[in-house]
Amino acid sequence: MSRSPISRRSFLTASAGLAGATALSSLPLAARAAGKLTVGFIYVGARDDYGYNQSHAEGAAAVKKIPGVKVVEQEKVPETVAVTKTMESMINFDGATLLFPTSFGYFDPFILQLAPKYKDVRFEHCGGLWTPKDPRNVGSYFGYIDMAVYLNGICAGHATKTKKIGFVAAKPIPQVLENINCFLLGARAVDPSITCQVIFTGDWSMPVKEAEATNSLCDAGCDVITAHVDGPKVVMQTAAGRGAFICGYHANQSALAPDKYLTGAEWNWGKVYTDFVETTLKGGTIDNFVRGGLKEGFVKMSPLGPANSDAARKQFEAVKVEIMKGDYVVFKGPMKDNKGKEIIPAGKAYPETDVALESMNYLVEGVIGSTS
Amino acid sequence: MADQAVVMAPRARGRDWRAPLARRAEGIVIPIGASAVGLAFFGLILLAMGKSPVEFYQLVFKAGFGTAFSWQNTLSRATPLLFAGLCVALPARLGLVVIGGEGAICLGGTAAAALGVALGHAPSVIGLPLMAAAGALAGAVWIGAVGALRHWRGVNETISSLLMAYIGIALMNQLVEGPLRDPASLNKPSTAPLPPALRVGDIPGMDVHWGLIVALVACVLCWVLMERTTIGFAARIAGDNVRAAQVQGLPVGRLILGFTALGGAFAGIAGFFEVTAVQGAANASLAAGYGYTGILIAFLARQNPLAVIPVALLLAGFEASSGLVQRHMDLPDATILVLKAVVFVVILVSDTLYGRFRIFTPSRWSQP
Repeated sequence: MSRSPISRRSFLTASAGLAGATALSSLPLAARAAGKLTVGFIYVGARDDYGYNQSHAEGAAAVKKIPGVKVVEQEKVPETVAVTKTMESMINFDGATLLFPTSFGYFDPFILQLAPKYKDVRFEHCGGLWTPKDPRNVGSYFGYIDMAVYLNGICAGHATKTKKIGFVAAKPIPQVLENINCFLLGARAVDPSITCQVIFTGDWSMPVKEAEATNSLCDAGCDVITAHVDGPKVVMQTAAGRGAFICGYHANQSALAPDKYLTGAEWNWGKVYTDFVETTLKGGTIDNFVRGGLKEGFVKMSPLGPANSDAARKQFEAVKVEIMKGDYVVFKGPMKDNKGKEIIPAGKAYPETDVALESMNYLVEGVIGSTS
Repeated sequence: MADQAVVMAPRARGRDWRAPLARRAEGIVIPIGASAVGLAFFGLILLAMGKSPVEFYQLVFKAGFGTAFSWQNTLSRATPLLFAGLCVALPARLGLVVIGGEGAICLGGTAAAALGVALGHAPSVIGLPLMAAAGALAGAVWIGAVGALRHWRGVNETISSLLMAYIGIALMNQLVEGPLRDPASLNKPSTAPLPPALRVGDIPGMDVHWGLIVALVACVLCWVLMERTTIGFAARIAGDNVRAAQVQGLPVGRLILGFTALGGAFAGIAGFFEVTAVQGAANASLAAGYGYTGILIAFLARQNPLAVIPVALLLAGFEASSGLVQRHMDLPDATILVLKAVVFVVILVSDTLYGRFRIFTPSRWSQP
């Protein structure tokens, strides 16, 4: 019999090494799970998209700095069974007990269905409307970012020379319509003759259509542009390249065009998430329904860019002080939609905290565009 | 050297049980070998990035197939992939490269949801089959139209099916945000939620819905249709040589229309299960890319409906492991995409190896 190419000795050495490697690689997993608190973040897009997902990833980065907390993150998770399984995977493999699945479509049915199965896990969702019939271990939070967009509008109102401003929007849904309306109403607080043209791209991440829409807005004479899409980077770069001023959204986009950037409506999830995690670490419970605005630190403004005039800075600061007092009213009667129909009668007013605003279905007078 | 007669007439002397196995073994050994080469090659890429391939494959195994939870994770992702794979594999046997299953999934789901809402309080036994039929019909019309355009107007089916997919997705969005929209679905436009009686539940003891069983049965039936019936035989002839098929008097037009429509029907049923078992309503989440993954699956399975099963499970397992790989190895989410692409390319390249290995030649085993 010929000699085996692998001797018994080398086989034993190799298998011992392999076993050792396996043990070593599985050891940190167990050790990590024994940590104090593991928090999972799930994003629908790339976490460096200069937009919605980045704003949440910045929040996750703030949570990472809290001692005794381990953060696990996963990006580009679609709103399908994939998110259910991602949540379960974080619970089963990482020992996560506090989850932030951040995309709107994760809420119903995925979070609502999974929560009863894992009663010891807390599910915190951004943008959903939690109601008392929903599971107790689910919470929903959101910020009144429309007030920050209103401040964007004030800067835009001062900066525009053509009296036309433009808005690139994803879908005609309440959260987006509210922002479009606030952008124009802010600008009209400067000059009531200003109009705002809106183009809907049809989906949350459509870079090519977003660039086309921005170009058509510039062609139509709009000289201040903002956007409500998941990643406003393309809109900002295209608009600035065409010489228009820009107002940011979701995250700070000033680095893309510092000279053209007026200001921006930013989420401040770092503060919100730090508060939530610290409450959990102390053994407390996060409220099931949480909302907050500029005053509560849920949203913030990008620092004013160099292009703003002194008059713009003055009015911006004055209105911001009013908003910081809370319950600021932008939507008050009499107000008509852009088809001439009265939507808010005289004497009726909706403060920023009014839940009725979360089902807005109209564009106010002065917005050029259609909801359908 | 054996004389030609041995090869021409295997019933003559020197018959060996290994001879018929050789050809079949070739179709199994080459793809598996190519997959192994692809995985090894990807391991080299990881090494170049300074990551451990051993840890990577351990994580992929653990998250995709290593625990009971992993299996449920993989299986629950596999259902739409199985149907989408069939949507590409069936027309491919006729030589048609149809890549627009995504549109049929979206429209199938929308049709099923619209009918479900209209049926209201119908019992499950009546409602669900009707909804499945509506989904299948919508998908069959969509992909069948691609086949019809191909046969009667000479329109390239690859291009037309891709463009039809864009139209299908746009049509779904238009319907879901317009006429079919539930006014209560504020920030995610959807059709009205389906009543509980019209929802498909999970297989007992698992959190995987019944769609998986239906999809597996569909794969087996499609294999029987393709390999064991005269219709399938006719389709394969038309796929190999359409002129020869026409000369033989085979109904090429009807075969093309039938098999594209059948493929589309499966994609539509994938949409039906997404709506009734997962989403509970039709909305933009139906366009999750399953239709495109189906192309990959059908090609890796070499258009064999039975091989669609292991390939779809493998890809579903890869997807299930994507999260753990991201979280524990700090690799970008595109890693699994690159892995899939590397394996895909190596398997396509391996097509040139068929007939090159003497060990798989039946004549090699026919000698006494």
